[in-house]
Amino acid sequence: MASKRASEELPVIARFEVRRRNCLAPDGSMIRPLPAFATDARLVVELYQSMVLLRLFDRKAVALQRTGRLGTYAVSLGQEAVSVGVASAMREDDVLLPSYRDNGALLWRGVKLEEILLFWGGDERGNQFSGPVHDFPFCVPVGSQAPHAAGVAYAFKLRREPRVAVCLFGDGATSKGDVYEAMNFAGVHKLPLVFVATNNQWAISVPLRLQTASETLAQKAIAAGFSGEQVDGCDVVAMRAAAEEAILAARDGKGPHFIEAVTYRLGDHTTSDDALRYRSADEVQAHWKEEPIARLRSYLVRQKMWTKADEEQLAAECHERIEAAVQRYLTMPPRRPETMFDNLYADLPEAYAAQRRKLAGEDDA
Amino acid sequence: MPEVTLVEAINLALGRAMADDPDVVVLGEDVGVNGGVFRATVGLQERFGPERVLDTPLAELLISGLCVGMAAQGLKPVGEIQFMGFIYPCLDQLVNHASRMRNRTQGRLTCPMVLRTPHGAGIRAPEHHSESTEAMLAHIPGLRVVMPSSPERAYGLLLAAIRDPDPVVFLEPTRLYRAAKGEVDDNGEALPLDLAFILREGRDVTLISWGAMLKETMAAADALADEGIAAEVIDLATLKPYDEDTVLGSVTKTGRCVIVHEAAHTGGFGAEIAALIAERGLSSLLAPVTRVTGYDTIVPMARLEQSYMPSVGRIVAAARKACQYN
Repeated sequence: MASKRASEELPVIARFEVRRRNCLAPDGSMIRPLPAFATDARLVVELYQSMVLLRLFDRKAVALQRTGRLGTYAVSLGQEAVSVGVASAMREDDVLLPSYRDNGALLWRGVKLEEILLFWGGDERGNQFSGPVHDFPFCVPVGSQAPHAAGVAYAFKLRREPRVAVCLFGDGATSKGDVYEAMNFAGVHKLPLVFVATNNQWAISVPLRLQTASETLAQKAIAAGFSGEQVDGCDVVAMRAAAEEAILAARDGKGPHFIEAVTYRLGDHTTSDDALRYRSADEVQAHWKEEPIARLRSYLVRQKMWTKADEEQLAAECHERIEAAVQRYLTMPPRRPETMFDNLYADLPEAYAAQRRKLAGEDDA
Repeated sequence: MPEVTLVEAINLALGRAMADDPDVVVLGEDVGVNGGVFRATVGLQERFGPERVLDTPLAELLISGLCVGMAAQGLKPVGEIQFMGFIYPCLDQLVNHASRMRNRTQGRLTCPMVLRTPHGAGIRAPEHHSESTEAMLAHIPGLRVVMPSSPERAYGLLLAAIRDPDPVVFLEPTRLYRAAKGEVDDNGEALPLDLAFILREGRDVTLISWGAMLKETMAAADALADEGIAAEVIDLATLKPYDEDTVLGSVTKTGRCVIVHEAAHTGGFGAEIAALIAERGLSSLLAPVTRVTGYDTIVPMARLEQSYMPSVGRIVAAARKACQYN
């Protein structure tokens, strides 16, 4: 006990704090005055429309998968506010580095529905998308895009370009060295880089408490020398506000920031998963009370910015848009087998060109 | 022309590439003020500044991942991994990202990066500093794997690697860094990738090697000449994609082939060359293709490493046996 007393007498040399941001309560009421952008009713409605489109698109994608017309697919159910809110705060010339569940961000940035289907349908052409040409494709190996984001942000800094890299990953990714190494480097060089951890509580079947003993994920930024905050990830207004502030600061040369978006994965990990094997239906049901779409709808209705007729019209528009995209996806002519060699190298070396010819049936050898 | 060592030739090529192209960035552990633990980057930070010659945190995965991100945005990063024994955290980046960025985005994003690292044993270094795992890298589609064996080829091939629009792993023969000397004209001229170099012509037997083992292979060719055996020596130089035509052309001429590498025997890159000759050069063979390699063991630490490395004697014996076969 003597040693404990002695340590208590030692001076404190550093203190840290992590703040939590929220704007809308689960019932859509305002917890505090909303950020300035929320006065733009069109923008708030657009955030709502994008989340609804994403949810309906996910539903259709799962139906396609269940009927053998799409490969494994990861839905955003319950966490739509994260990818949509973050992407809405980016500029076109910023660079998005998404993980495999960030469809909402890609759609906001102009990727077409059929291009997303094409990728999950097993066709690389889905990554040759209509979004910004400099954006990264979905990253499948968890967290391994975080060092890319640091490289991208370093390139911006080197070239004195006022651009920001935005990197999204899940709670599981924060256990990987990749993410910490990228954060550490971003801190050292004060890079224009915003990290967004979608903390949906589950990395497939592993709950957050087995992922880390850290009280928050946001505090991991502190070890890397920059700020982190926790945000209600089911509150698209808070998500957009947090991302907007962080991106603006990064663009201003104030360095990186870490956003922990606390949300919940209401769906299975992917279409290949059965979440009832590891969590109860009751737990999932309880989180439905917080989900982002009903929350924003309640707000919009309270503010007289949204009516039942608007809702019906949106559903019809989404349905039409999705069905048209599915038709384009399903009728897309397949790639010829030998095109797997295309874009392997800038110029295909002769040894592999011979293999290509053979696959194309141009060579009997 | 000045005579320089192999590591000085690397330094000249890096300096030339950085002077020619403002997009070239050098990054790695201790590459800045210290000039690299082998001095490959010495003087570069003074010339080009700390933003373009960048001391990274001690994290190899990060170095390779930074290169991917930079390259995808149009920079030409040249990352240094201090020893090949520390390259393994980079494999995720090389296999899952660098090698396939062009393919998986159908050309929308590309990855013109170079990852340099010292390769091989023979300098009495500590444990984990002496492996030669080039076959593992050469198995990755979409990558280039290049290994010079002289100052001239180090200069020309590194320039080519940096200018190449695709990712290149550039393996530098540690044992030759200072042992190999040669004249290098710092004229900015690259040598072609994907082509082998015939270092010595001969009609009796083809000796194929790469990197530091060419030193013993050339010495073996000298010894064989004393016995009246004319050996043709090929420096493969680029392992991925490799120059099949030069290999097959030489074996067609000589009918005999010995492949020399210091990497372990089983699954080494020699097996790939032997398979190529079996598939497409069998009719010209006068003797079985043989391999003189390291053993299928952990590369021993300093006291036994010379016993591990293929010796001139082992190469000569294998070539002689091939020539006596009937």
